Amino acid sequence: MTTTCCERCERDTLIDDMPEARQALETYLDGLPLTDKPERNQGFLIQSLHKAQALFGYLPESVQLFVANKLGIHLSQVYGVISFYSFFTDSPLGDFRINVCTGTACFVKGAGKILEEFVRLLGIEEGETSGDLRFSLGGLRCVGACSLAPVVMVNERVYGNVTAEMVPEILNDCE
Amino acid sequence: MVKLSINNRDVEVPEGTSILDAASELGIKVPTLCHFKLDDFDIESKAGSCRVCVVEVEGRPNLAPSCCTPATDGMKVKTNSVRAINARRTMLDLLLSNHPKDCLTCQRNLDCDLQRLAGEMGLHRILFEGEQMEHEVDRANESIVRDPNKCIMCRRCEAACNVMQTVGILSAVDRGFDAVVMPTNKHSLAETKCTFCGQCVQACPTGALTAVNRSYDVWRELNHPAKFKVVQTAPAVRVALGEAFGQEPGSVSTGKMVAALRKLGFDRVFDTDFAADLTIMEETTELIGRLTSGENLPILTSCCPGWVKFFEHQFPDLINIPSTAKSPQQMFGAIAKTYYAEKADIAPDNMLVASVMPCLAKKYEAAREEFAPNGVRDVDIVISTRELANMIKEAGIQFNDLEESEFDNPLGESTGAGVIFGATGGVLEAALRTAADWLSDEPIEDVNFTAVRGLSGIREATVTVAGKDIRVAIASGLSNARDLLDKIRKGEARYEAIEIMACPGGCINGGGQPSIKGDTSILEKRRQALYVIDEDKQIRKSHENPSIQKLYKEFLGKPGSERAHKLLHTHYTERENA
Repeated sequence: MTTTCCERCERDTLIDDMPEARQALETYLDGLPLTDKPERNQGFLIQSLHKAQALFGYLPESVQLFVANKLGIHLSQVYGVISFYSFFTDSPLGDFRINVCTGTACFVKGAGKILEEFVRLLGIEEGETSGDLRFSLGGLRCVGACSLAPVVMVNERVYGNVTAEMVPEILNDCE
Repeated sequence: MVKLSINNRDVEVPEGTSILDAASELGIKVPTLCHFKLDDFDIESKAGSCRVCVVEVEGRPNLAPSCCTPATDGMKVKTNSVRAINARRTMLDLLLSNHPKDCLTCQRNLDCDLQRLAGEMGLHRILFEGEQMEHEVDRANESIVRDPNKCIMCRRCEAACNVMQTVGILSAVDRGFDAVVMPTNKHSLAETKCTFCGQCVQACPTGALTAVNRSYDVWRELNHPAKFKVVQTAPAVRVALGEAFGQEPGSVSTGKMVAALRKLGFDRVFDTDFAADLTIMEETTELIGRLTSGENLPILTSCCPGWVKFFEHQFPDLINIPSTAKSPQQMFGAIAKTYYAEKADIAPDNMLVASVMPCLAKKYEAAREEFAPNGVRDVDIVISTRELANMIKEAGIQFNDLEESEFDNPLGESTGAGVIFGATGGVLEAALRTAADWLSDEPIEDVNFTAVRGLSGIREATVTVAGKDIRVAIASGLSNARDLLDKIRKGEARYEAIEIMACPGGCINGGGQPSIKGDTSILEKRRQALYVIDEDKQIRKSHENPSIQKLYKEFLGKPGSERAHKLLHTHYTERENA
């Protein structure tokens, strides 16, 4: 759902569409030892965004604005941080977030081929989400399980010693 | 105090001084690019991102960026060792590796810090031919062109937008090669709460942020044989235009400016100062009305379009307190296309009204839909001081040799009160001169309300007018405006009248003025020049302007009349604060 703030742009209303998440985020932010000094509050930005993304699933502008106003900082500062860290996303992710590790060990052991296979089977590129919001495909740099390289993560679950042939099986697990 | 040596010369500086500033004490210049400092406004941005100012510090393995490395006791610095010079050249080389090399056709050609540095360092070939960025150029507004491909991530615009103006729309976005300064959520500027003040354009060292250039449109219109071409010039233009022709800052070039505009082909050269006098008639009437009723105070000035857009977005709850008087630019357009058109027997849609403004927000203002009654814009084209300077050069006019010329009448007659609109505090002083006369039994003799003058960000005074104390405040620079408005919102401060200008120092420091290159002393000279013009005027009160008196007698009736309201007043729109 979107509203129009001016004739040129549309803004999402996720912050109001999910009142429980909004309430939880507000409680969390109000619990922080915030001051009236924006430059100090900025130190709480990343943890606040973690919380918000956990509650809403992603960080569209309405959620960014809510956090910015609570911390008393500019929206641009919030967006700058979101765009910098690959963990944060401003668009909705799929139910199954598939991340292929492309760190050195996994890369050497064929992560590229695995990623290609996911791209082929899902019909989406790295960094994209399928239209039905079932799958998101991404790359990540090392999960600290190099002995199991190459590694694939689906949400919180880790698959080790993955080969391209195992990709259909992994997708079958996504129920 | 700390003692150090730079290039084998000793210097003593207060603790916390950067190596860069310590070097400058000795008259040693270290090249800089991302460093941005405006002394009088307490603004300093030292992102340390360009590494162009690196110097060698004895005992340190790495070169130190001099702008953000504090000088310490006993430090031995070499600013131009071979190692430092080579490193600087490499930095610049890398910055240029993905920079578009279209200097010849760039808006910033000959006015670009990056280009100048490449010249000074004698960079004659690019060693690293890198991948080029391919960002979309944002041309979706009337005032500012944003070309992210030319962004070198110096973050100077961020300091201007977020710290100096607290508009807060610019931020470094994305990471690595793709990183670039952009508005929040990659919106175009038109979709944000940008005020179009243009201070980011003044801060940008390259062509990443430039002004929309409308001089081609002016040339086209000037060559339109059937059109009747009228131009108005804002107060602050005449004290800065000369700088573009090598004149000393603070030179007054009113007469030459008028002569140049005639040579360019305008049929009538009029003065925004006339409309400033008109603004005072309407605004002071409103002020006295509110003082009498005691309601809706304080009154806020509404001449500055950057400020207007700022409060529409950020203080929508205070939207009923600014004066409803249009800005002088818009009043001029409305009067030119009605009163003057009728007098001169010209069809309004056959008249071109162009403006020369020190401002980029004026371009946006002229395009606001409420200023185009029946689809005919009050002001057709707005160009900046810089654009006018370029047009004069383009036409081959020898500006400094021009014989001085005078404005045409009646819309060129103005008072000292009109001209000081160009400096912070001027609008309020002009209003006080008229209010004092109108509230007293006899005209006041001393028109100099010096308490409201100056360059500092916020000034307060209590002015006694006809036995009545009027508490006034002046803010220039939007962070100062925000501080003042926050106090009013919280009920911590009470005033009757407030003047606000978006740019620090007022219009003399507008986004369309010749660049001051960080030298704020130029602003003081421009400011003083305006007050010299004021003092040289026979008439220094707006309501004593004979052409203004005639305008009311023949056409408008009284200030605040129905016709005056229709032509000279406006309304504001609540806008989203995001």
